[in-house]
Amino acid sequence: MKITFAEGLAKALYESLAADPRVLLIGSNFMGLNTAAKQLMNPLVSEFSNRIMAAPVSELGLAGAGIGAAMAGRRPVVDINTGSFIFQAFAQVVNEAANVHYMSGGQTSAPVTFYCLAGIRGGGGAQHSHRTQAMLGQVPGLQILTPGSADDAYYLMKWALLESRNPTVFLSHSLLFGETAELVPGAQMLPVGQARIRREGRDVSIIASSITVMRAMAAADELEHKHGISAEVVDLRTIAPLDENTVLQSVARTGRAVIADECHRRFGVAAEIAAILAEEGLALLKAPVRRVTVPDVPIPYSPTLEAELIVTKERIVTGVLRVMGR
Amino acid sequence: MIMSTAATEPLGRMAAMLRIRRFEEQCIRLAQAGQFRGHYHIYIGQEATAVAACAALVAEDFVFTTWRNHGHMLARGAAPERMLAEILGKAGGYAGGKSGTLHLAVRDLGILSTSALVGGTLPLATGAALACKQRGSGITVCFFGDAALEEGALYEAMILASLWQVPILFVCENNTMPPGQRARGQSPSSRLPANRLADIPEALRVTSEEVDGADADALNECLARLAAQVRSSGGPRYVEVHSGRWPGNFLSWPDLPGGEWQIAWAFGQQSDHADLAAWLEQSDPLNRYLRKLVAAGTLDRAQAEAMDERARAEMAGAVRFALDSPYPPPDEAYQHVYAQGGQAR
Ligand SMILES: Cc1ncc(C[n+]2csc(CCOP(=O)(O)OP(=O)(O)O)c2C)c(N)n1
Ligand SMILES: [Mg+2]
Repeated sequence: MKITFAEGLAKALYESLAADPRVLLIGSNFMGLNTAAKQLMNPLVSEFSNRIMAAPVSELGLAGAGIGAAMAGRRPVVDINTGSFIFQAFAQVVNEAANVHYMSGGQTSAPVTFYCLAGIRGGGGAQHSHRTQAMLGQVPGLQILTPGSADDAYYLMKWALLESRNPTVFLSHSLLFGETAELVPGAQMLPVGQARIRREGRDVSIIASSITVMRAMAAADELEHKHGISAEVVDLRTIAPLDENTVLQSVARTGRAVIADECHRRFGVAAEIAAILAEEGLALLKAPVRRVTVPDVPIPYSPTLEAELIVTKERIVTGVLRVMGR
Repeated sequence: MIMSTAATEPLGRMAAMLRIRRFEEQCIRLAQAGQFRGHYHIYIGQEATAVAACAALVAEDFVFTTWRNHGHMLARGAAPERMLAEILGKAGGYAGGKSGTLHLAVRDLGILSTSALVGGTLPLATGAALACKQRGSGITVCFFGDAALEEGALYEAMILASLWQVPILFVCENNTMPPGQRARGQSPSSRLPANRLADIPEALRVTSEEVDGADADALNECLARLAAQVRSSGGPRYVEVHSGRWPGNFLSWPDLPGGEWQIAWAFGQQSDHADLAAWLEQSDPLNRYLRKLVAAGTLDRAQAEAMDERARAEMAGAVRFALDSPYPPPDEAYQHVYAQGGQAR
């Protein structure tokens, strides 16, 4: 069955509500400004209205209520809407949810999911374009899911709602909504915490997550056809946990690494991967690693300025050519 | 240049409202023609509020607004061509294309920075009012929507404003939908479980009142009086302006149901769009004010049409300027991350 990323999300939400009466939706937008995708929520909203809470514009309260309900035995997903709005909720997400299990000496856990439509979406400007995976990666106790494909949108959301025992930030991306994948009924999900080799290659590993996965795949195509370079694409799928092994094994095969990440350059996800490669994989490398990331400036509104900053297929190709010495 | 003083008498107010209406219509046309992308917000139906509030201000005052800022900007004296250029992300815009519609701001007009986060401006505006108090002059006006009352930041800001007694006028522009419209599947902009929102600031000892956003004269009286009170007492005031939501705002993206606003609608002709016709009758401050001025003999149809012609011509010129303005060069993206001189290295 072919599904889109947006369909994968809606399907996961629907099936989770159906499977477990403890699942609860705090807010029910999920699809942002995409009016077509919003229709996908209709069946769920009409069938499970008693487990869908109206959500005022109160991110701090909504997040905290989600954490509280989770500690008390429910399995809520809080719709943060645009990923940047999680900052209004930071006190609860970072300083409450993440600490609950540790501070209680393991007595209590908070299996709550925060759903964020994050990333540079085109015209969002400085206040609606944040990618928070790196910032949140600094918070032990949080799980950070960064699906880059329709099947992972489905599997990871279902896992967060039905199986996870910890607070989870689910980073969705509105530019991924139309991406499609084959969903094999009854198939097992690749375990959470395991990266996926999306495409095998010999010359270079492109390490990607979320929106950069499809751009890395397109770059790999172009590298093969135009430059005769065989690129392997590693889809991290989750930032916390982070699958160091798959990254290192891939680089062991290729000897080169380009990390494509939509976070800012400094202290970003790419910086962390580069550090791991420096510590654990220096002997594997035939060339210095390269980060293809967003420069350290806020995201401007103007299309020409925004275009200067985003991690495109072209910039990934350029990054690969650099590490190939071309 | 701050032009608010021109809007202190009826014809000036009418012209100021009309300019906003014609600006917003052009903005919708540009969006629908694909000239800019991203979400945007239109001030149609709320024009009288911005015009009345800004008429009560002087040059040294500060103004804070939201994503729905075009009306406030124009009423405060911003140049429509530079606003439209900014909305299109062009180099000729006030922020050189960095802000777009969401964060339009003009420092020279006392509009320091515009946040598009619900509730985000209230603490900032309270701080600017503290600065007014410290320097011993000026007041701050803070415009926000009804949904800001759903954010904790609003309460914290109001507590500070009350405790510190800073000169701020909180203007809540309540354009939420009446329950009848919600039943048709349209979402309200807020879901506050309060009987009377204006009671909330009272509980924090911020004097508050309510006014009809479709009644330009009532707004003018109210906002002039409140601004004067803030100025003389040095403490906060709060006003909730009730506006009937313009039908072009019913859906996710603004639209012009029934087409551009017609002068003829104030002279007995009816819009054939049912929602719009009802709204024009009850809730449109422009339609109602024009009728009132005509009935009082302040303005006749020919004068109204001449005034409209000027507004249309001005906005058509603004569109040309915006379209002709180039996009900023990519390198501009790296400018203005830090203020230069004296920063940490
Ligand atoms: C902190 C935050 N949460 C959510 C949003 C998304 N959002 C943009 S406008 C809006 C509704 C605002 O309603 P209101 O304050 O009444 O203003 P209106 O647009 O009706 O004038 C929301 C929820 C936001 N911009 N900021
Ligand atoms: Mg509103």
